[in-house]
Amino acid sequence: MNDHLSYDPDAAVSARGLVKRYGDIEAVAGVDFDVARGETFGFLGPNGAGKSTTIKMLCTLVDPTAGGARVAGHEVASERLEVRRRIGLVFQDSTLDGYLTAEENLSFHAQLYGMPRATTAARIDDVLEIVALTDRRGDRVLTFSGGMKRRLEIARGLLHAPQVLFLDEPTIGLDPQTRASIWEYVADLKRREDVTIFLTTHYMDEAEQCDRIAIMDAGKVLVVDTPAALKDGVGADRVRIATHDDEAAIVALREKFDLEAAIHEGEVTFHVRDGEQFVPRLFAELGIGIRSVAVARPSLDDVFMSWTGRTIRDTEAADPRRAMARMMGPR
Amino acid sequence: MAASAGATVVLPARGLRADLSAIWVVWKRELITSFRNRWRLVMALVQPLLFLFVLGNGLQTVASGSIGGFSFKTFLFPGVLATAVFMPALFSAGSIVFDREFGFMREMMVAPIRRSSIVIGKCLGGATVASVQGVLVLALAGAAHVPYDIPMLLALLGEMLLLSTALVAFGTMLAAGITQFMSFQALMQTVMFPLVFLSGTLFPQSGLPGWLEVVTKLDPLSYAVDPLRRTVFNAVDAPDSVRSVLDPGIHWWGWAVPMGLELAIVAATGLLMLAIAVWRFERIE
Repeated sequence: MNDHLSYDPDAAVSARGLVKRYGDIEAVAGVDFDVARGETFGFLGPNGAGKSTTIKMLCTLVDPTAGGARVAGHEVASERLEVRRRIGLVFQDSTLDGYLTAEENLSFHAQLYGMPRATTAARIDDVLEIVALTDRRGDRVLTFSGGMKRRLEIARGLLHAPQVLFLDEPTIGLDPQTRASIWEYVADLKRREDVTIFLTTHYMDEAEQCDRIAIMDAGKVLVVDTPAALKDGVGADRVRIATHDDEAAIVALREKFDLEAAIHEGEVTFHVRDGEQFVPRLFAELGIGIRSVAVARPSLDDVFMSWTGRTIRDTEAADPRRAMARMMGPR
Repeated sequence: MAASAGATVVLPARGLRADLSAIWVVWKRELITSFRNRWRLVMALVQPLLFLFVLGNGLQTVASGSIGGFSFKTFLFPGVLATAVFMPALFSAGSIVFDREFGFMREMMVAPIRRSSIVIGKCLGGATVASVQGVLVLALAGAAHVPYDIPMLLALLGEMLLLSTALVAFGTMLAAGITQFMSFQALMQTVMFPLVFLSGTLFPQSGLPGWLEVVTKLDPLSYAVDPLRRTVFNAVDAPDSVRSVLDPGIHWWGWAVPMGLELAIVAATGLLMLAIAVWRFERIE
């Protein structure tokens, strides 16, 4: 099956024309990409962009409606168990048993994956050390904090030495310090383990940690490149101004400077080359009272905006529940 | 293949060995988590003890008209053994719903093993836990004037193991389609009481009105309780007049169903439910 699809034979993950429909809804609308071995590859996009559905297809949890993907050399739809033996998974929600200790959760996993008994104990020591949980190995997971649980899940995902480790929103729901520490552990494991990491995130700062990023929106991959190349591609700086009359300012920017501006997160926002040199002209010529100005070098936020026309936060603000979760949660 | 396998990568095992190892580890986890949750064990003992000591003593006076000085507790004892495995067996099956709600099920579902290994491991684990509970009640045989006769105790243990395996399979079959623990509990209450009340667990199946007699014969649990009761009565001194009232056996159109067939019915029902449970599990995404 799917022999006609032109997979990249050297890639750790290779997807061609991957589609998933649920009834009339097209959650993933035909995506193509390749992830090189040893790479850290990020899927960046707002909630509902189709990231999780894509990852589920790659992990053999959901069958593609059309197209196909190869993971660690095996077809996801027809060689399910072969793929599963070669991948590690860390989900958004905890999948640990709270009544078992950290070590018992790991040894359960080892046996479930048929790991040879002789090497299991040493391997458990290794992964516990990577995520710095060695001294808590005998404690029940019920007593762990959110960050410790996530670290243990990452350790468990690594335990059977997978070729590809999938991390679906690995830091969602964690506080900023914990998120930062999770990334330190991930960076450390990259140094120690020969593993390809495929992750999804809707945090821009996390996407920066990837070797390459795919920007996903509304079921489609819009662009795939390194964070630096994506930012260079935007070219322009982002300027945000607070004015006495935002609507008039938008009109004035269009008429006087030929700049397209829009209100994002309550401020008039636009992109312009050499933003710092532009600010004096802006004050001189806009003709509308300006209360504050901020100029920023292009970030992945701007990359996302230049490809989709909105910021990731705009897309979330449309969903009040998500917006609330964002306010209460990290960032 | 060549494109994917790195030199240092040791792939997990596959095939029958992997599946047996999975059954074993799912079984082991069931035991660890069950016995760690002490309250669950204690609660499961409350109901059988109530039946034995409260109902047993309470009904003695009413029953003495037909059974004379024979202890009604002796009659109840095999039924109480059945209820002792009933609760923990269904609770164990219910923990599947619990695992699903709290995510751990996913860890098992994504593993490179057959789904049937998970179901079988779970059923054997639940049956083991339930039988251990049964053994705790079995230890009270003396209090029900049942002798500590080794062959009888072993036979009862075997029958309880069979019953609990079938019960966990039954519960697992139901649990496969349920995502919330509350729904499962409600469903269990609904199916458990008719099954228990119609099975001759708590009252003798002799001299029932015709319609009720038919219904009790349709209850699969009847065929699990009857062998328990026969095993106990074979080991105690009961006058024939008492035995015909309390231990009449199950008859189909006048034919006394042999104990072997009763046990075979329980085993077959259990296997059928296990097959349905596996079938349903393989369809969960």
